[in-house]
Amino acid sequence: MTALTVLATSEQVPTAAEGVFSLIWLLIAFPLAGAVILLLAGRRADSWGHLLGTLTVLSSFIVAAFLFVAEAARGAEDRAIEQTLYQFFAVGGYEVNVGLLLDPLSMAFVLLITGVGTLIHVYSMGYMEHDPRRRRFFGYLNLFVAAMLLLVLANDYLILYVGWEGVGLASYLLIGFWQHKPSAATAAKKAFVVNRVGDLGMSLAIMASFAAVGTSEILAVTGSADRISTGWLTAIGLLLLLAACGKSAQVPLQSWLLDAMEGPTPVSALIHAATMVTAGVYLVVRSGPIFEGAPVAQTAVVVVGAVTLVFGAVIGTAKDDIKKALAASTMSQIGYMMLAAGLGPVGYVFAIFHLLAHGFFKANLFLGSGSVMHAMNDEVDMRVYGALRRVMPWTFVTFTAGYLAILGIPPFAGFWSKDRIIEVAFDTSVAAGLAALLGAGITAFYMTRVMIMTWFGEKRWRDDAHPHESSPVIVGPLVALGLLSLVGGAMELGFLPGGGIEPWLEPAVGYAETEHILPTLAYPAITLVVVLVGGAWAWFVFGRDPIPTTPPAGSALTRAARADLYGDAFNEAVFMRPGQYLTRTLVWLDSKGIDGTVNGVAAGIGGLSARGRRIQTGFVRSYALSMLGGAVVVIAALLLMGGRL
Amino acid sequence: MNPTSYIVLSAILFSIGAVGVLVRRNALVVFMCVELMLNAANLAFVTFARTSGTLDGQVTAFFVMVVAAAEVVVGLAIIMMIYRSRRSASVDDASLLKL
Repeated sequence: MTALTVLATSEQVPTAAEGVFSLIWLLIAFPLAGAVILLLAGRRADSWGHLLGTLTVLSSFIVAAFLFVAEAARGAEDRAIEQTLYQFFAVGGYEVNVGLLLDPLSMAFVLLITGVGTLIHVYSMGYMEHDPRRRRFFGYLNLFVAAMLLLVLANDYLILYVGWEGVGLASYLLIGFWQHKPSAATAAKKAFVVNRVGDLGMSLAIMASFAAVGTSEILAVTGSADRISTGWLTAIGLLLLLAACGKSAQVPLQSWLLDAMEGPTPVSALIHAATMVTAGVYLVVRSGPIFEGAPVAQTAVVVVGAVTLVFGAVIGTAKDDIKKALAASTMSQIGYMMLAAGLGPVGYVFAIFHLLAHGFFKANLFLGSGSVMHAMNDEVDMRVYGALRRVMPWTFVTFTAGYLAILGIPPFAGFWSKDRIIEVAFDTSVAAGLAALLGAGITAFYMTRVMIMTWFGEKRWRDDAHPHESSPVIVGPLVALGLLSLVGGAMELGFLPGGGIEPWLEPAVGYAETEHILPTLAYPAITLVVVLVGGAWAWFVFGRDPIPTTPPAGSALTRAARADLYGDAFNEAVFMRPGQYLTRTLVWLDSKGIDGTVNGVAAGIGGLSARGRRIQTGFVRSYALSMLGGAVVVIAALLLMGGRL
Repeated sequence: MNPTSYIVLSAILFSIGAVGVLVRRNALVVFMCVELMLNAANLAFVTFARTSGTLDGQVTAFFVMVVAAAEVVVGLAIIMMIYRSRRSASVDDASLLKL
């Protein structure tokens, strides 16, 4: 490890909520009320439901903006505000209060969720215009926003878990929104079941923190990380990592994310790109001191991040479905964030920075793909796209902005964030740095492939496709997110309230600088070279000859990537089949063994009684003989006992 | 007289009655054997009353006779009913109360 210069540690003392900060609970209350109204109002609300749904999230964003300005006006050490709402329960020494902690980290997330959320709600008003269940869609979206806000604002791990489960529920409802499609219903179930494995880690982590510290309040647990034994810290850290893997679709719990693309595109943009899948990164960063005290857990986070980043990138290269390619990209980018978060205080700020930038450009890319799908009769296969840039100029320009951002071309947002991650990765461990660099190259490759197949080349459209630019209510959010992809890197700079992202997040998560092993400008230079090589290679493979409309038989690696690098096959062979055999064996034991025992006893007694009833012959004389026999026995007994009864 | 011989007689009569109840097929003959057993018991009661000098045994004999009479009334009535419906007085034929 190279030497670190620790600039700040995450020790903030929260103050009570007064003044404008007493409105923190409104952030959650608005979308929650929206969800309740929309889901209970029934068909009367169909005509205005979508407007109410968008309005609630917009109101939350306005409140969040006010809170941000007020928070930034305070000094840097004074930016943590805690608002306790009520006591959840107090049982045997374990007390849990429902409290909201607004500190720089959660403020950043709140702005992302409500801001990007509002844009996606506006987009959905146009995208879901012809869907008869649109009101329910907005109700579920509001429920999601409320649960996600609870997750990031919670000051207690148990309340965070409530939000955690809430977003899992909303994700299930939204992935399976088009219930009539069996594939969608199955995908929703799969997402929920795989998430449940992660939730097991979360609940065990809460129990472990209670056993080690006596409370599950976040600041109390992270504050006592230097007093708990390393064993406990490692256990809690690994369990939190398991939870994060489930929610953020990291290896080994990554199989649900690509199937989750069955949901409507706004869902993919909001939940499976910008917010819910980043909850795992939030959890790791929020629990920073725990990981810092447990090097084994930290290394595990780095390994998971590095593996997933390459894993997702490789899968993305072979997907013909535009949404699945973007989903694999999301998996890979979150790998970057986990990698950075696992590096300790050197990486927390950049993990969150990349999270925010990724929220902008990935939501942009997904919404752009939704616009394309809308124009091509909901077709997702990129092999029947092609040459769309003249027909859909606005979508093309915004999509290109997102593309350049994800590649990391300056001055787009991705350059600033991803570059810093590669920098700290190299400074900490060359292996991690090389993995990140490789990921950047493969990212350039598959994103360029998507661009070429969708926007350039020749038309490969089906006969009934008449693509046209989408309506302003769809294009508006695209433009907004495109601009954010362009200028989002300005967060690094100092002129925002709060003074740039590093000083903003420092008091919340801590920050350390690494010693650079190469000159400072070498990192962006090397990264740009790798990215350009990746992009050029993609043009070389895909850009010169026309794209075939049926997928050609590829190499073994291509076939593996099409099959999600055999993730589903692995899960089936290792977990599903043995599990099925186990349950079948148990069912067999139950029906043959336990039922057999019970039925056997009953049959035995039945047989005995069948034998016994033959005494009832119906003949008077045999009854008389029995009576005589009994009388003889009694008299003999009396005689033998000498008359003593 | 020697009371023992009366007891022996009572025992013999009782045994004959018991064997008759078990062996004979005609319901009326079975009844007569039951009466024989009751009379044997009566004899035993009276003999013991004589040997002990009290009159308890003789009072009990009266009770037994009353019971025998009542039993004969009811039993013969039942046998008559069965004979009328089945045209047979054999105990083996009335064997429907079986499983």
